Amino acid sequence: MLKGSLGLVALSSLLLSGTAFAQEKIKVGVTATLEGTYTVLGEDGIRGFQTALNVLGKKVGDKELEFVIASTDATPDSAVRAVRKLIEQDKVQILLSPLSGDEGIAVKNFAKTHPELTFINAASGAQETTYVDPAPNFFRYNMDGAQWQVGLGKYAYEDKKYRKIATVGEDYSFIYTQVFGLVLEFCGAGGQVTNRQWVPLGTKDFASVIAALPDDVDAIYLGLGGADAVNFLNQYQQAGGKAHLMGGSIMIDQTILSSKGNAKNALVGTLAASGQADTWEDPGWQKFVKDYQDAFPPNKRFPSPSLLATNYYGSTMALILALRQVNGDLSDNQSKYKAALAKIELDAPNGKIKLDANRQAVGTNFVTEVVDDGKGALFSKVVKVIPNVNQTLGYDPAVFAKIGLPSRTVPECKKY
Amino acid sequence: MTRFVERHPAWALIVIIAIAVALWLIFAVWPAGLEEAIGRKRVFLNALFNGITLGGLYFLVASGFTLIFGLMRNVNLAHGSLYLFGGYVGYAISASTGSWILSFIVAFILTALVGVLLQVLVFRRMEGQDLRQTMVTIGLSIVFADLMLWACGGDFYQIQTPTWLIGPIDLPLVTAMKSSGEPVYLRYPLVRLVIFLASVIIGIAMWLALNRTRIGMIIRAGVDDRDILAATGVRIQLVFVLVFALGAGLAGIAGVVGGTFQSLSPGEDIRFLLASLVVVIVGGMGSIPGAALGALIIGLAEQLGSVYIPTYAIVVTFLIMVLVLALRPQGLLARR
Repeated sequence: MLKGSLGLVALSSLLLSGTAFAQEKIKVGVTATLEGTYTVLGEDGIRGFQTALNVLGKKVGDKELEFVIASTDATPDSAVRAVRKLIEQDKVQILLSPLSGDEGIAVKNFAKTHPELTFINAASGAQETTYVDPAPNFFRYNMDGAQWQVGLGKYAYEDKKYRKIATVGEDYSFIYTQVFGLVLEFCGAGGQVTNRQWVPLGTKDFASVIAALPDDVDAIYLGLGGADAVNFLNQYQQAGGKAHLMGGSIMIDQTILSSKGNAKNALVGTLAASGQADTWEDPGWQKFVKDYQDAFPPNKRFPSPSLLATNYYGSTMALILALRQVNGDLSDNQSKYKAALAKIELDAPNGKIKLDANRQAVGTNFVTEVVDDGKGALFSKVVKVIPNVNQTLGYDPAVFAKIGLPSRTVPECKKY
Repeated sequence: MTRFVERHPAWALIVIIAIAVALWLIFAVWPAGLEEAIGRKRVFLNALFNGITLGGLYFLVASGFTLIFGLMRNVNLAHGSLYLFGGYVGYAISASTGSWILSFIVAFILTALVGVLLQVLVFRRMEGQDLRQTMVTIGLSIVFADLMLWACGGDFYQIQTPTWLIGPIDLPLVTAMKSSGEPVYLRYPLVRLVIFLASVIIGIAMWLALNRTRIGMIIRAGVDDRDILAATGVRIQLVFVLVFALGAGLAGIAGVVGGTFQSLSPGEDIRFLLASLVVVIVGGMGSIPGAALGALIIGLAEQLGSVYIPTYAIVVTFLIMVLVLALRPQGLLARR
């Protein structure tokens, strides 16, 4: 049975590379979390993807790009299922996938079974995806969760004078990576992280988690996203919570800041860090925001693009621009295309992006604070812009390797 | 009660000791050693209350489910869709009129109507064919989920808590002593207490209606043997429609409750269907007190689990279900 299906996969990939020459169309598979806890994130990711198509067009030389979108629910098996379907049934040649952290690790591993195809990460941000045993045909043009937290720990310690914090986060790889970045910097500056709580992805009832939050800390860091974040805030308001808050990159994001109801108002003044800031003055960013706003009617989008829209935009940009560099040439197991992808430097809306040896983005990070625009809409305001953030966060690679991989308890709260 | 003690003296003793320990944990001021071992009393009390209030919500969903099953032997797997539909209706009403109470009434009426339509248009046509009904309800739940996704999008909706319910209140339970000897009382979100009280009232009302009224008598007779009941001249189809409407309406009310203290989004339908399945499997299919007990156990397991063994919290619920299925497959309070 196994042998048979392996043969089938081999056969289908043979057919695939065979037909690639004659095709007038280049087929691209896209996945997004259009189900489950992260539905809103997936939807805005697709908006970013469509904005990129509006701006760049679908033509590569005389070939036309054709896209097939598949839905996942942020679990690794759903991502592999969607990617497998795109490859085996829809016969796509390039993948723009996936959105979420655990999905990223699974798709990276799956990518190794299809070395002839090209995988471009859409938005996932677990460190392990490109740091441990990276796949040679997997490219990531967004930073990982730890890179997205650079600057936050120092800002909280030095400017806000926070000394002790506690964290609450969803129990999976991306949030581990975010807390990793935060703890490394905050504890490195001299702060203390007294307590780390982990809740399953998709938790609805946070009341007990809220009750267990310690009182004797200066701030509480929230590493939640999507429906989980909205539920937490709603119940936090009902419980009368008053602590200072800090937020991760998908917590302080338009997906949450523009949710309905008034529970989100607890976030005004919250410190956060992310690969973007809503109110950045940069003309490239402002143009992207305008393109995004023009592409969709106001009730079908957020006031300003979320991190997911920005990531999908950047990844799509890399996909199309590199394809144009090689004039749509996918021959020889897409080797020219892969070489172009590895070399390309993007002038993305959220700053310049280039890839390192592991095909992981080196980019710009933003420390932000949440502000009310006076009309009830919340935005993240730039506090600090940090260019050239690499995956080892400025540490010597040998030192960085000793810290260990992000997990519930790694890194320890100390100076490395 | 006395019969239980006479028949199982050892079990009775264990139950009495467990109750005494629980009462002591709730009312006594915890000694320092205990706080060190299992954390602060505030956390424990909160988890306990949260479990009970969450159980209240689960009871609202599961009682309709179990009622429909009890009478019609029909596993309505579209029950979760009714929950979500009620929630969305409640959101629309509360957003447009600003009235929280009105949203309950409208959600109840509209979901009850959907229930009536389901019974008349779908289930009546395939009466007595359990498997076919089950398959059709699975199909319907998928159709409903997509329709609601189309109409409401993938966004999260939260029903605005009325201002008089926002914020915590102090309960007369001491969680700790300050160094000055002044007691610290438990602060608890008011809205959850109100919702719990409401579900207790609904539960008692249902029990009274089933056990003290003529229509309740007919329903109970129908649960026992509906063929004989029909033979005695009762218009059984009318009873079916009524029960289905009530069960669906309760799911709609639960949707408003769930939308108030959690949130509404695609996928919630499946989550609450699963929760009510687990609740009625634990409590016993078709039994209202069973649904209450099952909901309480599952709510407590989820909340205490999320505090004390967060990594395995998700497993605990299903572990309980597996244990019940292994030791008492008919459910804890089933009659047969």
